[in-house]
Amino acid sequence: MKLKNLLALFVALLLSLSIILALSNNTLFPSFGNVDLNDRVSGEYLDQTNIDDVGAANIVTAIVVAYRGFDTLGEVTVLFVSALGVALLLGSSAKQKRLELDFKPNFMLRVGSRALFGIILLVGLYIILHGHLTPGGGFPGGTMIASAILLLYLADDRFRAKIKGFKILEGVAGSLYVIIGLLGLLLATYFLQNFLPSGTLGDLLSAGIIPIIYILIGLKVGSEISGIIDNFLTEEESA
Amino acid sequence: MRNEVKKVTTFDIISLVVGVILVFIALVAINAKKLMKAVLFLSGLSMLSVVAFVMMKAPDVAITEAVIGSGLVTALFVFTLLATKKKEETK
Amino acid sequence: MIQYAAIVLFVLGLYGLVINRNLIKMIVSLNVMEIGLNLFIISIGFVYDGVAPIITSTNTVGAVLFVDPLPQALVLTAIVIGVGTTALALAIAKGFYTRYNTYDLSKAEEDL
Repeated sequence: MKLKNLLALFVALLLSLSIILALSNNTLFPSFGNVDLNDRVSGEYLDQTNIDDVGAANIVTAIVVAYRGFDTLGEVTVLFVSALGVALLLGSSAKQKRLELDFKPNFMLRVGSRALFGIILLVGLYIILHGHLTPGGGFPGGTMIASAILLLYLADDRFRAKIKGFKILEGVAGSLYVIIGLLGLLLATYFLQNFLPSGTLGDLLSAGIIPIIYILIGLKVGSEISGIIDNFLTEEESA
Repeated sequence: MRNEVKKVTTFDIISLVVGVILVFIALVAINAKKLMKAVLFLSGLSMLSVVAFVMMKAPDVAITEAVIGSGLVTALFVFTLLATKKKEETK
Repeated sequence: MIQYAAIVLFVLGLYGLVINRNLIKMIVSLNVMEIGLNLFIISIGFVYDGVAPIITSTNTVGAVLFVDPLPQALVLTAIVIGVGTTALALAIAKGFYTRYNTYDLSKAEEDL
């Protein structure tokens, strides 16, 4: 390696050593693993009355959708803006066709991948629907649906998904999220309040609006990332 | 200064091994000469970090990072690198 | 030990971002930085002998110690935003290749 690179690596390791030393003998930063949860905000999230109030068995889901639902709305907006940017840079209004490579998949790959597509789609839907009972939720389930579409794009070089339908689905799902928040403002006290009843802990139809919001988020994320993949793999049709 | 000796548990040994391998794979991914090698080592780094997430008892984060790191980010990098091969062939 | 590895990973990503001239390697270093940061944030919330924060019939609040659920919720958001950033950066890199025919920043010819 050149001398300049070696010097930069040495300065970087010196920076990491100073960060580790600054954090190790500190009274405000507890050491690894010895944390008392009642000194932090999380003592209130793990309180039995608050858990019965929200009704979700997965506490991380309750934090992401119920306690800090406004931050999740901001995250959905950031994903929307990045998909918009990719479509602006790589898409065009002319008619598009698939990218031409010199690798042609054969008949077995093209037909056999359709069976695997159904299985991956089903696992993704299961993870979205049971977001408030088991680990997972809307975000990994939505990206699993997009992975199933990626499999179809990779295995068949003549395949293009119906992008118009995906864009309409994405817009409708995003608008419904904001409309449910506004319904909370009209029917109850504040924006994005949990206005449906909580039910018993552990049922499939429990925890208020949390399953509905996760289904909307899963559909939106899945169709956005499918749109991004389609933009990467197509080019203009040269007449 | 500690007065008693802390017992070395299995958790400590596994976290030491995983930490050292993480730093090595990151060094190779940053200093590789070929672009495809850097992308593949980034995918390996992502998969190893899922092991670290499961060790720290965070299943939601582990599922999300596994799906995104293995499927989506690697595929997007490979599609960007394919654009160079295509242009070189049509010349 | 995982905390030290996470800090070193973050600093190595920063070094890679400064030292590389190729666009694709810069985006790879950005991703390495993000992985290190997510590992560090989750290691803040770990409790020895704790279990994952999901309520089942045997793991109730009074009986068992839980790990901290708040850093996990924040990192879930951060991972998804990292995907959005990487996708947009790769689209810009692809447009750069179409215009200048190279990925290297120092070899791109200036347009007068």
